[in-house]
Amino acid sequence: MASLDRTARSFLLTELLSGMALTLKMMFSPKHTINYPYEKGPLSPRFRGEHALRRYPNGEERCIACKLCEAVCPAQAITIEAEPRADGSRRTTRYDIDMTKCIYCGYCQEACPVDAIVEGPNYEFATETREELFYNKDKLLANGERWESEIAANLELDAPYR
Amino acid sequence: MATITIKINGQEQEVEQGMTVLQACEQAGVEVPRFCYHERLSVAGNCRMCLVEVKPGPPKPAASCALPVAPNQEIFTESEMVVKARKGVMEFLLINHPLDCPICDQGGECDLQDQAMAFGRDGSRYTENKRAVKDKYMGPLINTIMTRCIHCTRCVRFVAEVAGAEEIGLLNRGENAEISSLEQAVDSELSANVIDLCPVGALTSKPYQYNARPWELKKTESVDVMDAVGSNIRVDARGNEVLRILPRLNEDVNEEWISDKTRYACDGLRRQRLDKPYIRGMDGKLKPASWQDAMAAVAKAANGLKGEQIAALTGDQACVESVYSLKKLMDLMGSPNLDCRQDGAKLDAGVRAGYIFNTTIAGIEQADALLIVGANIRWEAPIINARIRKRWLTGALQVATIGEQIKTTYDSDYLGAGPETLSAVADGSHPFAEILKSAENPMIIVGQGALTRKDGAAVLAAAKKIADISGMIKEDWNGFNVLHTAASRVGALDVGFVPGDKGADRDGILAGAATGAIKLVYLLGTDEMDLAPLKDSGAFVVYHGHHGDKGAHVADVIFPGAAYTEKNATYVNTEGRVQLARRATFPPGEAKDDWAIIRALSETLGKPLPWISFDELRMAMRGAHPHLARIDDAEPASWADFGTPGAMDAAAFTTPIENFYMTDPISRASETMAECTQTFVLDRNGKGTGTHG
Repeated sequence: MASLDRTARSFLLTELLSGMALTLKMMFSPKHTINYPYEKGPLSPRFRGEHALRRYPNGEERCIACKLCEAVCPAQAITIEAEPRADGSRRTTRYDIDMTKCIYCGYCQEACPVDAIVEGPNYEFATETREELFYNKDKLLANGERWESEIAANLELDAPYR
Repeated sequence: MATITIKINGQEQEVEQGMTVLQACEQAGVEVPRFCYHERLSVAGNCRMCLVEVKPGPPKPAASCALPVAPNQEIFTESEMVVKARKGVMEFLLINHPLDCPICDQGGECDLQDQAMAFGRDGSRYTENKRAVKDKYMGPLINTIMTRCIHCTRCVRFVAEVAGAEEIGLLNRGENAEISSLEQAVDSELSANVIDLCPVGALTSKPYQYNARPWELKKTESVDVMDAVGSNIRVDARGNEVLRILPRLNEDVNEEWISDKTRYACDGLRRQRLDKPYIRGMDGKLKPASWQDAMAAVAKAANGLKGEQIAALTGDQACVESVYSLKKLMDLMGSPNLDCRQDGAKLDAGVRAGYIFNTTIAGIEQADALLIVGANIRWEAPIINARIRKRWLTGALQVATIGEQIKTTYDSDYLGAGPETLSAVADGSHPFAEILKSAENPMIIVGQGALTRKDGAAVLAAAKKIADISGMIKEDWNGFNVLHTAASRVGALDVGFVPGDKGADRDGILAGAATGAIKLVYLLGTDEMDLAPLKDSGAFVVYHGHHGDKGAHVADVIFPGAAYTEKNATYVNTEGRVQLARRATFPPGEAKDDWAIIRALSETLGKPLPWISFDELRMAMRGAHPHLARIDDAEPASWADFGTPGAMDAAAFTTPIENFYMTDPISRASETMAECTQTFVLDRNGKGTGTHG
């Protein structure tokens, strides 16, 4: 009897039809994939992406060369050299991050007393050569200028939890 | 001294009567925080951080640094009252102290930072405006950020008590109190020690400003070679660069002070360095060469020369290992023409007691009469000067000077300028001879200014006579002292780097080179003498050293060697104390260890030295001179006859140092020392260029 039932189902294509029904249902349900890179998923304000060095609104760089980020970096990816600037203030003459060493732990931005070094929302910085991932101070400051509005908004959103 | 029993945190403790409660706690190993108290300065009692609870006594915390111990006292350092009091004091200190640790050079090694973490509250309740103070000028070495000052007055007490130059003071009272040197550069050879003393970041190092953080630095314990004191230092380097030099505690030598030259000449290690071998070409210009070519050039010049045609001179910063190697090489070459006294001092290498500082530096604290002959101690050895002042401050030391009239940091009877006065003291006709005779522990210090003269041996003999007739030589006391200015000198005399049988001394070598009797001269860092005669002579000159200074200018071949921070080496200070310098960084470029250069040269010359490693060299050296194995030990020397009595020239004694801040190739290459020279020497003497504003 059971074999008759099975044969009937197989000839009436019930499994195929139920599968097609599911497919039809899914066609009308909301999509889970996005069309990257034209569409992008949401990011937490705490997302730790590419580094940036920020400036104050008046254009002065925030970094004061305290070297706490260099000290805390577990991958030793940060190298800083400092000396007095012409106006006597403490500034870096060199601020390098080796992005191939970096493990994106975010300790550097946690350690920073002036919110100068931050990990911004950018995660699309793949390069064709290794050397391009050795960031210097100019590159980091340029990142800061490009991402300032997003970074500032993220910091503000996260401020209540700090 | 009588001891009494007190209780500290419930534990019984035997302490000496007359100690303060803070010292008693320290002896018991109980930590008491403090800012103004310093064991080598007078007690001020103004920071209030060292509060403890004392029973019996009034029911309030007491400042332990200024409170003497009493029998049956009970001291509590961790009670509720004390913890609360410390929190309160710390909160008051932080009211006006800016919270700018990230930009402060003291960050990471700051007493206030550490103690705020350990004893302070976790947050601030202060919302009013903070006090701001204008920064002061204190010279080219000390950087001031006066808003950070907590008025502990350690700097004021240091310059007044130890340095003996009342240059820093506290102006005004209360909220308006300010530390100031009245916009003058602090004129003392020890001035930069206030940077170490400052418990906060108010006084920081100007040349080192914003350079590095303490946690980045590799610390190496070494000794200094800027003078013959052999101050114990810590060399802080990052990568292959020496960034700063700090003092290291050694009660027998420098206590915890170092001179400004010791501390700041280190930037000279980066400039004017010889980093590759050079050979002088046919056109008379030095050209870079390979080690092989340089060695071969020397071998070619030495080819066929007899021992008597070769000579060697050592400089002021050569380590004992390289001097010993060079002496052995000269022995193998059969040359008796050696001299380590490039200044021409008439010292006798045969009798050790005749060329060391027998009393020892710590021994100065037992002396009660002191005669200084031909030495500007303030410039030749500022650390020894500080020790003399320390003894003089107790009121038990009487000082007299023969030689140049200079500003000392203690009262000193000026007896006269030259040998006449010295002979008067020596034959007992001068009143000071009586003072020396009646003193229990009299001492005499003979400087290089008195010994580098033509009649140096006679001066030495006269000084020895004074030592003999005034009872300076006793069972447990030797008051005869020679003050050296060169770090290498005592070590080189110890290994006997002096003319051998029929050998020429410094003047003989120069004369020999001029007449053509000497055809090859090896200079081991010899930069302090007049080398022009060598340049004009036909002799082939090999310069082995680390800086492009005088010696390199006259050289036909240059071997680049290592400076004192770049080698493991032995130095013997003026007391005869054997100390070890350790490698903090590597020599730059192709420069090599000094002993290795001499070893390689011996191979090239076909007279290989009998060691192939540094350890073997040290073993051989210590085997030949066993006292060099006793590290940190100043071996007493036995008294014997030295010096040559004779007629003395009437000319006055002069000091060998014209400018304290530039006495060797390293300090001459240093920018910081150049600034100090401008500020403290040229401008003061009215020799400024007038272009500095």
